[in-house]
Amino acid sequence: MYDIAVIGAGIAGCSIARELSRYNVRIILIEKNSDVADGTTKANSAIVHAGYDTKPGTLKARFNAPGAQMYERLCSELDVPYKKTGSLVLAFSLDEMKTIQKLYDQGISNGVSDMEIIGKDKVLEIDSNLSDELVGALYARNAGIVSPWELAIALAENAVENGVNLLLDSEVTNIEKMNGLYRLHMEDKLVEARLVINCAGLYSDKINEMVAAPSFKILPRRGQYNVFDKSLNFVNTVIFQCPSDLGKGVLISPTIHGNTFIGPDAEDIQDRESVQTTMEGISYIWEASARSAKGLKPNAVITAFAGIRARSSTDDFVIGESKEAKGFINVAGIESPGLTAAPAIAIHVADIVKELMGGLGANADFNPARRKVLRFIELSEEDKNILIKQDPRYGRIICRCESITEGEIVDAIHRKAGARSLDGVKKRVRPGSGRCQGGFCGPKVMEILARELGIDIKDVVKNSRKSYILTGETKDKSLYEDVHDFAAASKKI
Amino acid sequence: MKEYDIAVIGGGPAGLAAAIEAKKHGAEAVLLIDRDKELGGILQQCVHSGFGLHIFREELTGTEYAERFIKELKELRIEYKLDTMVLNITEEKVISMVNKTEGLVNIKARAVILAMGCRERTRGAINIPGTRPSGIFTAGTAQRFVNKEGYMVGRNVVILGSGDIGMIMARRLTLEGARVRVVAEALPYPGGLVRNIVQCLEDYDIPLLLNHTIVDIKGKDRIEGVTIAEVDENRKPIAGRLQYYECDTLLLSVGLIPENELSKGIGVKLDPITGGPVVNESMETTVNGIFACGNVVHVHDLVDYVTEESRKAGRNAASFVKGKAAEYGLPISTKPGNGIRYIVPHFIRQDKVEHSVDLFMRVDKIFTNKKLVVKSGDTVIRIINKAYMRPGEMERISITAESLKTVDNLSLTVDVE
Amino acid sequence: MEKGIVTCTICPIGCSMEVIGARSSDLGYLVKGNRCNRGIEYAIAEVTNPTRILTSTVRLNNANLRRLPVRTDKPVPKNLMLDCMKVINLVEVDTPIALGTIIIEDILSTGANVISSRTV
Repeated sequence: MYDIAVIGAGIAGCSIARELSRYNVRIILIEKNSDVADGTTKANSAIVHAGYDTKPGTLKARFNAPGAQMYERLCSELDVPYKKTGSLVLAFSLDEMKTIQKLYDQGISNGVSDMEIIGKDKVLEIDSNLSDELVGALYARNAGIVSPWELAIALAENAVENGVNLLLDSEVTNIEKMNGLYRLHMEDKLVEARLVINCAGLYSDKINEMVAAPSFKILPRRGQYNVFDKSLNFVNTVIFQCPSDLGKGVLISPTIHGNTFIGPDAEDIQDRESVQTTMEGISYIWEASARSAKGLKPNAVITAFAGIRARSSTDDFVIGESKEAKGFINVAGIESPGLTAAPAIAIHVADIVKELMGGLGANADFNPARRKVLRFIELSEEDKNILIKQDPRYGRIICRCESITEGEIVDAIHRKAGARSLDGVKKRVRPGSGRCQGGFCGPKVMEILARELGIDIKDVVKNSRKSYILTGETKDKSLYEDVHDFAAASKKI
Repeated sequence: MKEYDIAVIGGGPAGLAAAIEAKKHGAEAVLLIDRDKELGGILQQCVHSGFGLHIFREELTGTEYAERFIKELKELRIEYKLDTMVLNITEEKVISMVNKTEGLVNIKARAVILAMGCRERTRGAINIPGTRPSGIFTAGTAQRFVNKEGYMVGRNVVILGSGDIGMIMARRLTLEGARVRVVAEALPYPGGLVRNIVQCLEDYDIPLLLNHTIVDIKGKDRIEGVTIAEVDENRKPIAGRLQYYECDTLLLSVGLIPENELSKGIGVKLDPITGGPVVNESMETTVNGIFACGNVVHVHDLVDYVTEESRKAGRNAASFVKGKAAEYGLPISTKPGNGIRYIVPHFIRQDKVEHSVDLFMRVDKIFTNKKLVVKSGDTVIRIINKAYMRPGEMERISITAESLKTVDNLSLTVDVE
Repeated sequence: MEKGIVTCTICPIGCSMEVIGARSSDLGYLVKGNRCNRGIEYAIAEVTNPTRILTSTVRLNNANLRRLPVRTDKPVPKNLMLDCMKVINLVEVDTPIALGTIIIEDILSTGANVISSRTV
């Protein structure tokens, strides 16, 4: 029996589970996929938004700027790479400059600091690859970039270190309320909890409807991206265009690991699993981003991906206890700026929980810091040698595109909430994220996974349980019925 | 810091031949560095035959070809390091590398030979739309699993791209009991060698669809199928000309890209067309004493040519460290003209050409009954009649030292006429 | 009499050649579509008795490498390739093995041996 069950281990669920692990409560974090950060959290723009863009009075506005301000400390506690790059919203006409002014004013009322409206020359000084046709921009120094999945994974790891139970591969299919307790049914498990926090992302409306009448709908909206090789080094800041009804428009942005990406488009879809890219979507982001900057070359693209925003029909975050189901807290519709807002949302949800539970005692053993991640390539020459002496596996580079060592991969597997699949390793330490996309390192990473997890290499998967990679062995005798006739026909030496 | 005459980066066919030849030509301390656990590079996963017809006048498998060179390297007592990754090379030829036993080590060489080979173009690089399930492999990765590790990558296979490795894997997987349904090629002509089309596809009744590409990938966990579309001359899908193929595996054989991250770090100039270093007749890059050979320079279709080119690099690196670097006149630059995508080498120093120099090039489309014409200004230097040329097969033209003397404006152009 | 269409693999042109049985010809066949004479012999062989070197692997015990590359030491009839594979796939060998070691003698009575194509 748990005090709290958090459904969904994306950025929201992980943030909340980790925040609640500060207190003396029994928490279980339940995820339907085989890894944490496997839904929208692993496929979005990865921007820490300054907060000028949200309408005052909305929950988005309420949590955006405070969330952004928490990033520096949070990422340092959890040893997650984060960079305050600043962002530019480009204007290409005087009309758009008016929008820029509105955004600035909105930012002021949302409590955003360090903003400035700047002219063309200054914009080009910051990012010289941008289009010559721009007129000016809103420059927000507090915007930044982060790896959303690395942050969610770090939050989950820290939560588990602090006593949270993590349950993967467990899809909640039904929720009953009995004797003041919620009973969460999964295919082969049953979990009981006093409170339930619904962080189920794209499925949060479905989870809500297991205990209450529909009060919001998730309207999935897909966005597609292209990622470029590191050698491109195209922009220093996050480049936005003036926002429209469909969202923040197509951006050009650096990633925290030094790549560049363009995207997303915004396409309303029915199927919540439909994370495929399309020719139309990719051509659209090329056309749209060409407005901000020319000179991006298709042959520098290393990958494409699509993510689905969990947009709520209420057009705002849905956060709070269900009116119909006591002790059932929705944290839904966490689309942009959800990543940025997540740390602030987590604190707010902890306050709701405190109220519902009549106060919470502190977890005396809570440790906010995650054990440091040794990133071989970032160490000094001396430290590299010390490390290799201690553990020679740090001397074996597995991923040559990103210079990732065997030691780092083994560590990523054995940490709490560790990697169990090829994508799991990729999300944590990035082999396969580089220009060869795993062509060289894939087989080696599979070998390490099999060895460290004590499984057959044929059972190593890409991500989900059914995403097998190898289909068997060569020399498969079972393929031939008449095999014995042939055995007799030849002499073996 | 330990010093060497020559450091060779990469122990595949290029690195092996270069190291051996350098040693044979008087370089004393030669060090060969490879990231894998054995020498031979990709040859060790090439169990098929077709190697060595030019160099040994025999048809060998990739493994047999590699073994001859590895044996010679060992007989010559050339030092080599395995499981060792080179992290960086400076213009001063300081090489930082790392392995499990020695940790991070810096060495200094008087000359460096870059022989890192190439990598495969991936799905991402060609932006195939669709989901991202498991079961999508580059042909070379599949080859490694099947041939070296002994694992099957699929039972019901579609192949995109008619590169040689893709076709060879079509046969290999068929022989291991898989069903290869189709090979789709976006171009109007096949990418690989005719021999492979016949012996890997036709022999096993595997259809090759030219002017076709994949426009959608289906499957959430494992790939379940692909949609193949016919394309027009601009490689754009033709509306309505679609066919869905169920499959559990997709192999990509859509091109190779020279692996030049280390070269970029040194500051070597790269040719945007080949993706490899700009080199002169001695296979020396734009940085003094840094040589390059094999697929790191340009992608070859025959390993025999890699060997020849690498021997040249090894020889010249040896003469470089022996201090035979004299002053040379201004080099002649080679210029790809009409119908030619690129020419290697990019520069020729006349005084360095003893008898002749070979120009390697690829045409940009299929030509029948044309001539390859080498010119300097209006002066025709050589004409070769060609019944048939296609981008998949490298063309080679030998230019004698004599005829180089007739070059007056320091430039040589090759045109298809 | 056999006849057929053969794509020549002697050179990159890949002529499409038609082979027709003809008693009147010295060779017993007429070959059409070849641009040079080198293709004639190949074309006739391809319709009468096409052969290929078969390359594959066999299971390898007690080594880091899990498969040993092998090949036939001479071409075997094309139509026996899959049958040869069935024989090859039954074989397991132990290290050490030198390049050229005979792994299967006279496979399916073709006269060809299957030999190791690397040293392990």
